[in-house]
Amino acid sequence: MTDASESPAIEVQGLVKRYGDFTAVRGIDLRLDRGRCLGLLGPNGAGKTTTIEIIVGLRAATEGSVRVLGLSWPGDDREIRRRIGVQLQETRFPDRITVAETLRAFGAFYERGPAPEEIMELVGLEAKAKTRISALSGGQHQRLALGCALVNDPELLFLDEPTTGLDPQARRRVWEIVEEFKRRGVSVLLTTHYMDEAERLADDLVIIDQGTIIAEGSPAEIIGRLGQVSIVEFRAEGADDAFLAEVAELPGVVEAGRVSADVVVEVDSVAASVPAILALVEARGLDAAQLHIHRPTLEDVFVSLTGKRLRDV
Amino acid sequence: MFERGTRSLEILELTRLRLLTFVRETEAVFWVFVFPVILAVVLGFAFREGDPEPSRIGILGAAGAEAPAIAGELLEVRSLEDELEAERALRRGRVDAVVVRGATPEVRFDPRRPEGQLARERVLAALEGRTPEREAAIARLEPQTQRGSRYIDFLFAGLLGMNLMGTGIWGTGFAIADMRQKKLMKRLVVTPMRRSSMLTSFLTARFVFLVMEVVVLCAFGVWILDVPIAGSVLDFALLAVMGGITFACLGILLASRARTIEGVSGIMNFALMPMWLVSGVFFSYERYPEFLHPVIRLLPLTALVDALRDVMLDGERLLEQGPELATLGVWGLVSFFAALKIFRWQ
Repeated sequence: MTDASESPAIEVQGLVKRYGDFTAVRGIDLRLDRGRCLGLLGPNGAGKTTTIEIIVGLRAATEGSVRVLGLSWPGDDREIRRRIGVQLQETRFPDRITVAETLRAFGAFYERGPAPEEIMELVGLEAKAKTRISALSGGQHQRLALGCALVNDPELLFLDEPTTGLDPQARRRVWEIVEEFKRRGVSVLLTTHYMDEAERLADDLVIIDQGTIIAEGSPAEIIGRLGQVSIVEFRAEGADDAFLAEVAELPGVVEAGRVSADVVVEVDSVAASVPAILALVEARGLDAAQLHIHRPTLEDVFVSLTGKRLRDV
Repeated sequence: MFERGTRSLEILELTRLRLLTFVRETEAVFWVFVFPVILAVVLGFAFREGDPEPSRIGILGAAGAEAPAIAGELLEVRSLEDELEAERALRRGRVDAVVVRGATPEVRFDPRRPEGQLARERVLAALEGRTPEREAAIARLEPQTQRGSRYIDFLFAGLLGMNLMGTGIWGTGFAIADMRQKKLMKRLVVTPMRRSSMLTSFLTARFVFLVMEVVVLCAFGVWILDVPIAGSVLDFALLAVMGGITFACLGILLASRARTIEGVSGIMNFALMPMWLVSGVFFSYERYPEFLHPVIRLLPLTALVDALRDVMLDGERLLEQGPELATLGVWGLVSFFAALKIFRWQ
């Protein structure tokens, strides 16, 4: 056996997944080094979940190679499963079972790992030990899902959209727990369609759209690709392509586009462009509602790469 | 023995979850324990032994001097207006036979219905003026009404078998479909849990319920319905439990692919329907054509109900039920391993 501790946590090459005529994943390469967090970012239907399900052994790849902790499917199934922790999207635990009972049952599948009490403390559910699943809030249920992924003290953690549908406070609690695990040296593969989540948790990012990688690097690198630009956004009902073309010609403007009802303008000079844009808006009898100017975020990168917002899709 | 990560602890913990879910689910308790008892009570009343039912006779035509009177102890006579009413009354079963008065009365009945045949006999007897004394001169009549040969005694084993089939198949099938729908199965297979442990836990949990179920239903039958168990009660209970496990295996197989509760309901109804009809729950399958009997006997419900009746009514031993036990065993094992093979985990 090769020295598995030296191999990357995840190494995926040329991954393809076809369902009949439909190709969900079209040749993806991924590498997650030990102790790092890789964020898989993309809109719904981009192929993130399919990719993660192949890596955790729930689906077979059509083509390509997948190595997890230096091991591979099929063959090392049990060994891989012993050492990974997985939180899947949409798992519903049995309603009438309590938090402590659920963690205890999951713990029974592994030779070792922390006791349920320890896990509950870790995910902030110690007060809910005897609460039935049906009485948990969305955030608590999600933290239990995270807890169930930790019962074996995993080396590698898979989190598939861990905060989808949660309120901001509940999301921050989940992030804190994940950060605690990163500090302990656990490798994390995270999928999300929240840019702020990816910026906060991921060391490296891979942006996927329609089954292919469209950008990769650290969050700062990816954002840096847009250059030293600022983003001017406003809502202008009735802004048409002719209007956008005019905006693009204004001084200080790099590019102008529309994402649903919003006009999104990349500018390299705020001082030169904004007065000119507003003057044009005024002249065309439009309104610049909710005008704001900000540094580019991953969201803007995504818009610039695909012409659509992550959550729109 | 119950170290973490061992098969035995996996099965134990999964079984515990099933049991906890069940006892905390009041509706489920109702359907498994209370419903069959209610059903048995209702049927018990419906088929209580008592005086034999009279035959309902419709009379057509005016009473005249030449027409003999039609009257007897077990005849309930009413007159009918005309041909049309007579035809309708017979067709809808409001009367068992129609007698048209005349010098030679005409008796109309449906020879395929037992009630019709009985009415015909009774009308003929009344026309003949037969009395109990005259009947006694023809043959010695010995009515049999002792325990063990009543319809309710026959029915009890059938109902018990049907109930074991229902709870076994629906109970496990729904639980599996529910877990699959909640994506819990998918979550479980990314752990090192052995897949056979999951399926085994459905059987062990079922076993625990079965013991309770069989005790409750047998106690009810013996004390309330007063059905006799001619053979050993232990043999009877063991048979019931084995039957229940067989159906749980079948339930796992039937639920092994379905993605939704609705899907699994359809499949199960499809599988259960023939057995409700032909396996001899309410009446003996001897009524079906001879060539079908070997096929009917291969059905698990037939095997279970036959064996239960052999022990209960004829006082046979468990070990004398070789063919039935083999049938149940084959159904159970084949279902379980086939399910393990084709089970959809996500």
